[in-house]
Amino acid sequence: MTTLTRVGRRRLLSSVAVTASFALLLGACGSDETPESSNGQVTITVNNMPPETEALQRKNFLDDIAAFEKANPKIKIDPKEGKMDPATFSAKLAGGQLENAYYVYFTDPAGLIARKQAADITPYVAGFPDIQQIKPNLLEVFGDGKGKQYGLPEGNYTMGLVYNRELFKQAGLDPNKPPATWDEVREYAKKISALGDGINGYGDYSKNNTGGWHFTAEMYTRGGDVAARGADGKWTAAFNNDTGKAVLQLLKDMRFTDKAMGEKQLLEWADLLQQMGAGKLGMYLATADNIPTIVSQYKGRTEDYGFGPVPGGQGTLGGGGGYMFSPKSSPEQIKAAMAWVLFRHADPARIDEGKKRDADNKQPVGLPEPNIFTGAAGATYDAASKKYANVPTENFAPFVAAQANIPLKVEPPNAQKIYAVLDPVMAAALTKPDADIPALLADAEKQVNAILATV
Amino acid sequence: MATTTTAAVSPRLRAHRDTGRLCRRLQDNLLAYGFLAAALVCFGLFSWYPLVRSITLSLQQDNLVTEPEWVGLDNFRALFDDPLLGTAIANTVEFTGLALVFGYAIPIAMAILLNELRHFSTYFRLAVYLPVMLPPIVSAMLWQFFYDPGQGLFNTLLDGAHLPTSQWVQSPETAMLSLVLVSTWANMGGSTLMYLAALQSVPPELYESSELDGASLWKRIWHVTLPQMRFIMLVMALLQITATMQVFIEPFQLTGFTNPDTITVMTLIYRYAFAVNQDFGLAAALSVLLFVVLAAFAALYLRITRERTV
Repeated sequence: MTTLTRVGRRRLLSSVAVTASFALLLGACGSDETPESSNGQVTITVNNMPPETEALQRKNFLDDIAAFEKANPKIKIDPKEGKMDPATFSAKLAGGQLENAYYVYFTDPAGLIARKQAADITPYVAGFPDIQQIKPNLLEVFGDGKGKQYGLPEGNYTMGLVYNRELFKQAGLDPNKPPATWDEVREYAKKISALGDGINGYGDYSKNNTGGWHFTAEMYTRGGDVAARGADGKWTAAFNNDTGKAVLQLLKDMRFTDKAMGEKQLLEWADLLQQMGAGKLGMYLATADNIPTIVSQYKGRTEDYGFGPVPGGQGTLGGGGGYMFSPKSSPEQIKAAMAWVLFRHADPARIDEGKKRDADNKQPVGLPEPNIFTGAAGATYDAASKKYANVPTENFAPFVAAQANIPLKVEPPNAQKIYAVLDPVMAAALTKPDADIPALLADAEKQVNAILATV
Repeated sequence: MATTTTAAVSPRLRAHRDTGRLCRRLQDNLLAYGFLAAALVCFGLFSWYPLVRSITLSLQQDNLVTEPEWVGLDNFRALFDDPLLGTAIANTVEFTGLALVFGYAIPIAMAILLNELRHFSTYFRLAVYLPVMLPPIVSAMLWQFFYDPGQGLFNTLLDGAHLPTSQWVQSPETAMLSLVLVSTWANMGGSTLMYLAALQSVPPELYESSELDGASLWKRIWHVTLPQMRFIMLVMALLQITATMQVFIEPFQLTGFTNPDTITVMTLIYRYAFAVNQDFGLAAALSVLLFVVLAAFAALYLRITRERTV
């Protein structure tokens, strides 16, 4: 073959370069780095790092990492933003990108355990005495019911009634007396929506699973249930009854007879926070931690909001979050990740300084949220919350006073699938003046029983 | 290249020249192979691999941690057992049908109108095309505000004109049509421009002779314009069907993935994979099903366009 001309050589080189660079690019994908070096050093990835838009929370998070690494010189933490997002979770898991410790909500663990997508941490629990200070019913959320542990709780919440004290005053209602029954909710909602100007007395959800979630919460407040376990251990639907009819009938009456809920429905989580922040909503069911979000993201004023117990008061839906661990982690990584989670969220020795730091940074302290501790650590937590409280705790007094007497109930098994079935039921009650409630409940019952048959 | 007469060329010289030619051809081809390799890698990685992976995934139970388990047609069985599948297919067909009625007729009418315009034609062309430049999620959110039955733009206008208002996406009777309107508004710019290009390639003498024969505007459109546009209309109809059957953003943003009145095949795939079931096998099975249906339309499209170009 003759020698290549200069142009030809350049062409050839460029084409080889193009191909080679693609090969390199491909080679770079999916390489797993080895986490442990020979000298006992271990590197772990953790998520739930606050984004840069939340500068203060991010700084606290990074300060905690620095303090943790100082106390545990053999552990190096590589923090990531975000929580367990179902839309990206599987891709991260498949691509070897799932963090060693990842944040989940209480509705996630059952499915993740069943699909073997979380590491079994049972062998390491004994090595962390602080776990004994966490409420057993919260630890159970991350268990398989057969004595195995797959995660650790970080916080929990219970539902109450967030309401706008300012609108209460304008409507001639006592802002220190939130409605105690659902009949009172209806009465108050009528008065508040009579203020006009696009103000709704009461708001509720009916889109993307939030409707089913609130239907469940409302069933609990009336002493009802969504799924019940029979003597034979089998789960069945438990909402096609008078309690279920009462929940939907009340919503339908408030929406169409009283016109106290506004015409815009098919709402999801952020919609009601936005309405509350804009001063256009009287009341809605929520957890206390909605209040700081309404204030920071939707420009509301903390002093405008009150927090009362759930109307009806016969049961309140409890939820929360915690951490699970990537099944692709080594035992050393799992132990290191557990140490980090406990250090950041469940270290009784750090409770006081944590609350002080929040208060110094003008973060809300004293919101009436149940803490995850029991015994001595629980008492320490309550004392610190009181000591550094900087929110108008008197506005939450109605909730605190009633809370001890309201039983806390967890979400049903396969919660998300059940919520997806109950969503259209809520949507129908809120958008169809001629909604046939018994038929809606009977149809949903069939579907939910089919879901529960697989539990 | 200069040509030489072969008679005067010695065999050695010819061999030497042939080798040179081969080398040159190889050089040129090497470059082509280089570029081809890059394209092949891209296609393989981003088109064919996901396609094959979807098909294998639809036959597996895979938790992405342990070895995937082959389950044969179990995912398809579970899929056909789900009453939602029928609902989603019926809704998708309804959306596609309505989109054909509106999203098909309106751009043709628009194109004819733009073609007939003597003044401000540039402005109107731009105005028609503008919505295409908006990200789809933005137009869906914009229409969410238009459709708000309480204080939205549409009901405020209708109320002001003492006309009956509508519940738009909130009522089963009007939900699907409302979604089609969003989609038509957002996408018709592209189709209109295609039709306009086709219109402008119609020979003007056809119009001239029909005008000499005294044909009215309607007759000109009916006897000259439409027959000349038959091919592009057929192609666009097929493209429109394949596009609208994959509708996702509008129902997802405006009515959500739990609403049986508007759940479509694509929203159901999302729901299976990410939102409710977290079941990739089931989602892949439905994706494969949709792929087969769309592939049939694509084959038809290819056949028609090939016949035309050959």
